[in-house]
Amino acid sequence: MAAEYIKSGAADVTVVVCDAACLERNLILALQIMNASDSVILCLNIIDEAKKKGVDIDVFRLSELLCVPVVACSAGYGRGLEALMNEAARRASGGGFVPPLKVPVSPGASFEEEAAAYVNAAERIARECVKRGADTSRDRRADRMLASRVPGYPIMALFLILILWITITGANVPSELLSSLFSALGEHLHALSRAAALPEMLSGALIDGVYRVLTWVVAVMLPPMAIFFPLFALLEDLGYLPRIAFCLDSVFRRACACGKQSLTMCMGFGCNAVGVSGCRIIDSERERLIAMITNSFVPCNGRFPSLIAIITMFFAGSAVTGGTLVPALILAGVILLGVLLTLLVSRLLSVTCLRGVPSSFILELPPYRMPRVGRVIMESLKDRIIFVLGRAASVAAPAGLVIWLLANVCVGDKSLFLHCAAFLDPFARLCGLDGVILIAFILGFPANEIVFPLIVMGYMASGSVCAIESLSGVRELLLANGWSVSTAICTLLFTLVHWPCSTTLLTIKKESGSPGWTALSMLVPAACGFVLCFAAANIMRLFGL
Amino acid sequence: MNTHDLTLASLPAGESAYVLRIESEGAMLRRFTDIGLVPGTRVRCEYAAPSGDPRAYLIHGAVIAVRARDAREVILSKTI
Repeated sequence: MAAEYIKSGAADVTVVVCDAACLERNLILALQIMNASDSVILCLNIIDEAKKKGVDIDVFRLSELLCVPVVACSAGYGRGLEALMNEAARRASGGGFVPPLKVPVSPGASFEEEAAAYVNAAERIARECVKRGADTSRDRRADRMLASRVPGYPIMALFLILILWITITGANVPSELLSSLFSALGEHLHALSRAAALPEMLSGALIDGVYRVLTWVVAVMLPPMAIFFPLFALLEDLGYLPRIAFCLDSVFRRACACGKQSLTMCMGFGCNAVGVSGCRIIDSERERLIAMITNSFVPCNGRFPSLIAIITMFFAGSAVTGGTLVPALILAGVILLGVLLTLLVSRLLSVTCLRGVPSSFILELPPYRMPRVGRVIMESLKDRIIFVLGRAASVAAPAGLVIWLLANVCVGDKSLFLHCAAFLDPFARLCGLDGVILIAFILGFPANEIVFPLIVMGYMASGSVCAIESLSGVRELLLANGWSVSTAICTLLFTLVHWPCSTTLLTIKKESGSPGWTALSMLVPAACGFVLCFAAANIMRLFGL
Repeated sequence: MNTHDLTLASLPAGESAYVLRIESEGAMLRRFTDIGLVPGTRVRCEYAAPSGDPRAYLIHGAVIAVRARDAREVILSKTI
């Protein structure tokens, strides 16, 4: 697509951005573009970091050899961008035009010969202009350590546990703070609506419905997300994620899938829909479909905090005094279970409906870079706050209204919500859940964020009202409604493994272009979830839990 | 392919060699040329993944991971 645009001549000027630390490789593409377009500017990006690694490039000579302007800059820190824009403007207005170097390619050349001509020219130019290449000995030392069995794998596990531990520990306090703040504010709103003599129905729908679900989503979802994602973004900025794909490729190969699937799974942590779109990086169509169908086994932004909440409530002794290392380990275990299921289902798909052998795998391992800590944290924080608040407003608020109506519009002696719950109850109990939990998951189809508030609201509507200022309050409510350790484990499992949310399914439909694969993407995790919960519930029943 | 040939897959870690020819076809050949792997290119094997496969190679200053199955189709020579 880009190639056609360049060839069409519609662009006034084409800026080719090269990594200064890896000029030779980038020159190949630059030369190809210069053959297609007459007005080109070469931008040597990340020049600061390249210099730190000892790179010394003769920019003047490079410009002379290529016959195009060369601008060194450091986009991440905003340095040199002004010079680049000035040069681009000068070029676009036709100033100082000199035709760029054209690599001679004979008309009858095969695709291979053509590629060789560009590669050889790039090698020759790089040899002349790069006075000293990057000192990569530190990168290689780090790689040899991280890509080894020991300590490579333990370091990977340690990173995971450390991030989860920091997330859980750090999220506790702001979460409680937000909860009590919102709860106090809710009381004021109630008083205000009484003073204004609003009809009971309206104030109930707005405050107990919309307001409560909305604030729950913000209070419970935002703090862990605002801690987890900046940490994850730091690892990404460091260049560590491709190393995970490299180390885990052999595992995915055995599951007849692609190692890049671990990258799309990492994206899935943020949002499964994003993970599904990210599957475009996988070349083989078969492996791409496998990665899309199994992506929802990674707990996304909407489910992750629910997992943390359940674990903190039921498996950490007291939510407040208990240590946070145990919950972090349990959460790591849950994520690991998701990874194992991904591999197992990938393998099963490969021997059934997506038959085939693993295809090729070529992955660039970019140089490590010092993470731009402040910048990465701020950006990631901003992204997450906007994401969570956006979801809260667009999905949680209307859902709160619908649920409140369901829970308060009565048919006969019971509300609609409880009718549905009672209908689903026998089946749900087989899987260690109950009717309220199952209907919450069904109504949570548009967004997983609201599943947990739905459960809470469902129980509150059934009469046992109690304060939900904090997680311990919610815990009391759940225990009063017959939750046991077994219920908690099954809800945990079902949160990890059930049908993907509607946004994810729409993305799968768009990416695969097939209703069939979309249906399978819904059925496979749903079936896995029911089977897993059924098995877990019955095993625990055997042991009398 | 002669089984005694040196290939990208059998190049010992830490050693360098030059590409003699590439026996892959279609999409795979395309992907190799995209990363600048053509006859005459110098490659060095940097290190292997914990399981021994894939391995990472230095190609035109970039580190690229390739699976053994694909690397076997790149025939190398110790001299240019």
